[in-house]
Amino acid sequence: MTTPILSARDVRKSYGRGANKFDALKGVSLDIREGESIAIIGKSGSGKSTLMHVLALLDQPTSGTVELAGHDTRSLTGTALNRTRNKTFGFVFQQFFLTANASVLENVMLPLKIAGVGRSERKRRALAALEQLELADKAKNKAVNLSGGQKQRSVIARALVNTPRVIFADEPTGNLDTATGAVVEDILFDLNREHGITLIIVTHDEELAARCDRRVHIRDGLIVDVVEAATATPATATAEERAA
Amino acid sequence: MKSVDLVGSAVGNTFRSKTRTILTILAIFVGAFTLTITNGLGTGINRYIDDTVAAMGADDVMTVTKVAENAADDGDGPREYDPDAIAGAQEGPPGTTSVVAPISSADIDELAGIDGVVRAQPVKSVDADYLVHDGGTKYEIGIGGFVAGMQLQLAAGEQPDAAASDFEVVIPDAYLEDLGFADADAAIGEPVTLAVTDAERTQHELEATIVGVSEASLGTSASAVPNDALNDALFDAQSTGLDASELDSYAQATVWFDPASPADEVTALQDRLTDEGYDSTTVAQQLGTFKAVIDGIVLVLNAFAIIALLAASFGIVNTLLMSVQERTREIGLMKAMGMGSGKVFGLFSLEAVFIGFLGSAIGAGLGILAGTGISSALGGALLADLPGLTLIAFDPVSIAVIIAVVMGVAFLAGTIPAIRAARADPVESLRYE
Repeated sequence: MTTPILSARDVRKSYGRGANKFDALKGVSLDIREGESIAIIGKSGSGKSTLMHVLALLDQPTSGTVELAGHDTRSLTGTALNRTRNKTFGFVFQQFFLTANASVLENVMLPLKIAGVGRSERKRRALAALEQLELADKAKNKAVNLSGGQKQRSVIARALVNTPRVIFADEPTGNLDTATGAVVEDILFDLNREHGITLIIVTHDEELAARCDRRVHIRDGLIVDVVEAATATPATATAEERAA
Repeated sequence: MKSVDLVGSAVGNTFRSKTRTILTILAIFVGAFTLTITNGLGTGINRYIDDTVAAMGADDVMTVTKVAENAADDGDGPREYDPDAIAGAQEGPPGTTSVVAPISSADIDELAGIDGVVRAQPVKSVDADYLVHDGGTKYEIGIGGFVAGMQLQLAAGEQPDAAASDFEVVIPDAYLEDLGFADADAAIGEPVTLAVTDAERTQHELEATIVGVSEASLGTSASAVPNDALNDALFDAQSTGLDASELDSYAQATVWFDPASPADEVTALQDRLTDEGYDSTTVAQQLGTFKAVIDGIVLVLNAFAIIALLAASFGIVNTLLMSVQERTREIGLMKAMGMGSGKVFGLFSLEAVFIGFLGSAIGAGLGILAGTGISSALGGALLADLPGLTLIAFDPVSIAVIIAVVMGVAFLAGTIPAIRAARADPVESLRYE
């Protein structure tokens, strides 16, 4: 079996001290294989967002390790960490986080700008990403003037523009109506299947989660259930994960 | 992120909240404008003083008088009569007369021998009776001294040639009309006659050519300035009939020193002259106190401008803090996408510097326009008696310094918000609603 792209080992994360101490993650172990789609499901406050932040190297676990393609990420600091995040991950957020008054193109180019890609090259790649999401005609529009679906497609274009290995999607359809949400879902799963990009979706939407290869249920900072789509029973999968 | 993109982004972000940015720029503008005007005032007046210094004498020259043996302080009581003493030509405060001992040829030789003195020469002061052109009306006129290196402020023509053997003279522009010249240029090359009376009451007339027309200015009175040849001839004519001892007696001498010598060497030379019993004054010293007063006033005005700038810098802090607050999510996103804290700090402090640059460049630009307008308006009216004075003048170096200082102040003001942005935790920022 190949090395998992992301691997969490007994990850714990707590906030605050003493009486105010709050354990967001209480020992989570999870392997994510390259190219799979995985849903992290839980209610608000379950720790699912914290797990995503730790996996995306935005937050450091209080204890435990996160390995990226077999390398312990604790050794990554400063510039190396920033570069790794920039090159490896793409982010899709429920609230879009588009700069309202900048053009769609500017927004999509942002990761390339941060990476230090030259002006013409980043424009070419951003336009290609927008083309892929059928938004090329909106490149010059201000982000604030887009519809919800167009906004989320811009966000996906922005996540794609760096050709990442992993896309993190935090409630990607949370702010969209059902029809638009379905389109955005299709786009994400197409990317997963056709381009082999690992897709990690954080959601409380069971229907969206059902389309993923695996569903990981989180409650009170612990993985309570892992369901492989259309294969093994939940019980055995959970046992496997716990053993790992 | 590349530096050029960082600067580009910072400039772009500056105009995202236009009203707020413009108000901040206005606050800085007021400070920079004031600073430019007050600085220009200092530059203008001091430049005028420098020109005047050049008109009063060369900068490698000092005027030397011999201290009279009975030159006691006025507070010591009445001064004993000394038949050889000469009432000093150097002006003191009204009500006092300075008395100096005569300088003889032997003294001149002694002066020339003092370490640091390049050359010493007696000042041959001439009292002219009148000046006349082409048989017209005779006018009284004073004769000013000229030493090589002096730069008279001329309306036309050129400086008198110290080396020329022909008789040359520069006349003040106040005499032009009365002598019958249409304008300054018309007078150049025309002959004039100067007359002196000697000790035997005989009047001597000497003809000279007008080589220049001088403008009245702060340090010079309306006197004709002859070249050395003419001055010597006038002095000889005036001295006709004096006996040898009277001839060899001058009130002042001019001493040349190395123009490259620094101020402390000049002071040392003056100390040595004092030890030998001579008083000495450089041209710079004559106007030095005046300059110090101007510098003091400009300093106070600049202090007010800097207070205005300080107030404006709090405006920058406020603007950028609001900006950081509004852009929390964006900062979080950029950090999540791998932008380092240093770059985030750079982005916000560059924005502050750019706001500072805009405020100061606009302030300095309009300051220059307003200053130029004011000084040309005043030059034609209130200050018309001081030709050559540009009240508010601008020096590119000091303008550049003002802009740089304002940008520096803006950078310092920007550090507080920029540090706050750089420290923002991406997870916290993205959670921000």
